[in-house]
Amino acid sequence: MNVIVDYQAGNLANLKNALDHLGLESQIATDASAVKAASHILMPGVGAFYPAMESLRQSGMMEAILEQIAAGIPFLGICVGLQLLFAEGQENGSHPGLGLIEGSVVRFKHQLKIPQMGWNQVAFCREDPLLKNIPDHSYFYFVHSYHGVPSKPEITLGTTDYGLSFTSVLQTGNIWGVQFHPEKSQTVGLELLKNFCSF
Amino acid sequence: MLAKRIIPCLDIKNGRVVKGTSFVSLRDAGDPLELAKLYNEQSADELVFLDIAATQENRGTTIELASRLARELFIPFTIGGGISSVEQIRALVTAGADKVSINSSAIHSPNLITEGANRFGSQCIVVAMDVKRSGSHWKVFTHGGTRETDLDAFQWALEVEKRGAGEILLTSMDADGQKTGYDLIITSQISKALNIPVIASGGGGELVHFKDALEEGAADAVLAASVFHYGKYTISEVKEYLHLHQIPVRLTR
Repeated sequence: MNVIVDYQAGNLANLKNALDHLGLESQIATDASAVKAASHILMPGVGAFYPAMESLRQSGMMEAILEQIAAGIPFLGICVGLQLLFAEGQENGSHPGLGLIEGSVVRFKHQLKIPQMGWNQVAFCREDPLLKNIPDHSYFYFVHSYHGVPSKPEITLGTTDYGLSFTSVLQTGNIWGVQFHPEKSQTVGLELLKNFCSF
Repeated sequence: MLAKRIIPCLDIKNGRVVKGTSFVSLRDAGDPLELAKLYNEQSADELVFLDIAATQENRGTTIELASRLARELFIPFTIGGGISSVEQIRALVTAGADKVSINSSAIHSPNLITEGANRFGSQCIVVAMDVKRSGSHWKVFTHGGTRETDLDAFQWALEVEKRGAGEILLTSMDADGQKTGYDLIITSQISKALNIPVIASGGGGELVHFKDALEEGAADAVLAASVFHYGKYTISEVKEYLHLHQIPVRLTR
């Protein structure tokens, strides 16, 4: 079962709608037992880093997610769901994240408008099954003020330019993360979700 | 590079699409979902739906529409019209709207912007402003442009950003429906002073108007209605034109 993690960090209906549209069954998880039943875990999220992390912890789902990832279950973090994978988030002070990816989540430090809101291109760094049938430099829909900076550059799967070139897709082992919203990125976004759920 | 967005706006009344010229003389232009799908195929970057009746009775219809749209459209969409409480925002967001647009209520109770942004994130809160030139200043109007306020457009835009809005939808009432181009002066003044995106609205009729709004007007996105509804240009044609003029846009084929 594809499981969408609901930790009170934004609306999950649109991710579920996208999976429904693809004919993929999914279930929204609000507790650890539902996470433990997952074959694939999708973790969306909007909002601030610390409250998201807190609610993940308090719901008891954090440990279940870590266990599942350790057991090899494919995991896809979306937007804040990607950012939480990092060791540290710097939104409103320094806060620890899940620590599955070395590095920090930092705010854009340029003069462009923040948040980055709209469609931007992703340049692929290497081949990966997540990006199957998706043309390089496709546009995806972004809404964010912070971005993750992995310590190991080799985990970057795609980059996007917004005042600087930042990591917009990453992969390490059975963990994938995308800074954009595939559920709002039309054809290419749906393709990405389909790819993930077929792992 | 972040693409400039082209956003068709659909005025909704009782679940149907209507579009007025300068806010009067409505004409029926069809089913919102059908039109939305068409625009989606034409590579619209987002869609805005404004419930222009927004009465108590049809609020349910709008929420139903949001949920219908969310099940079939996989691009962001905004719903606006008569939104005056956090509870209404919640209902629309839960139904699947990515953003809500608030206008008159933001002026009467600016706290709605702050509360909405705190609860649902700034990215969710679009503040719509209807403005009209008065000498060297622009005044803000409410209630579909029928009531003048004392607010100066520029000052109000600064306040809206400070309160946590994620975006401003700026409509020039002078230009709206005239098809003579966007109001480049107030659009660029506000867009350059603010750190949040500004959507230019009102006056789009020719291809060059879109280019002007994005370059001289410094807008981040352009909204238009009748030019698309009546098929003068398709969204793809507008985007091809902008692309030809080195403006970054999302082209899909």
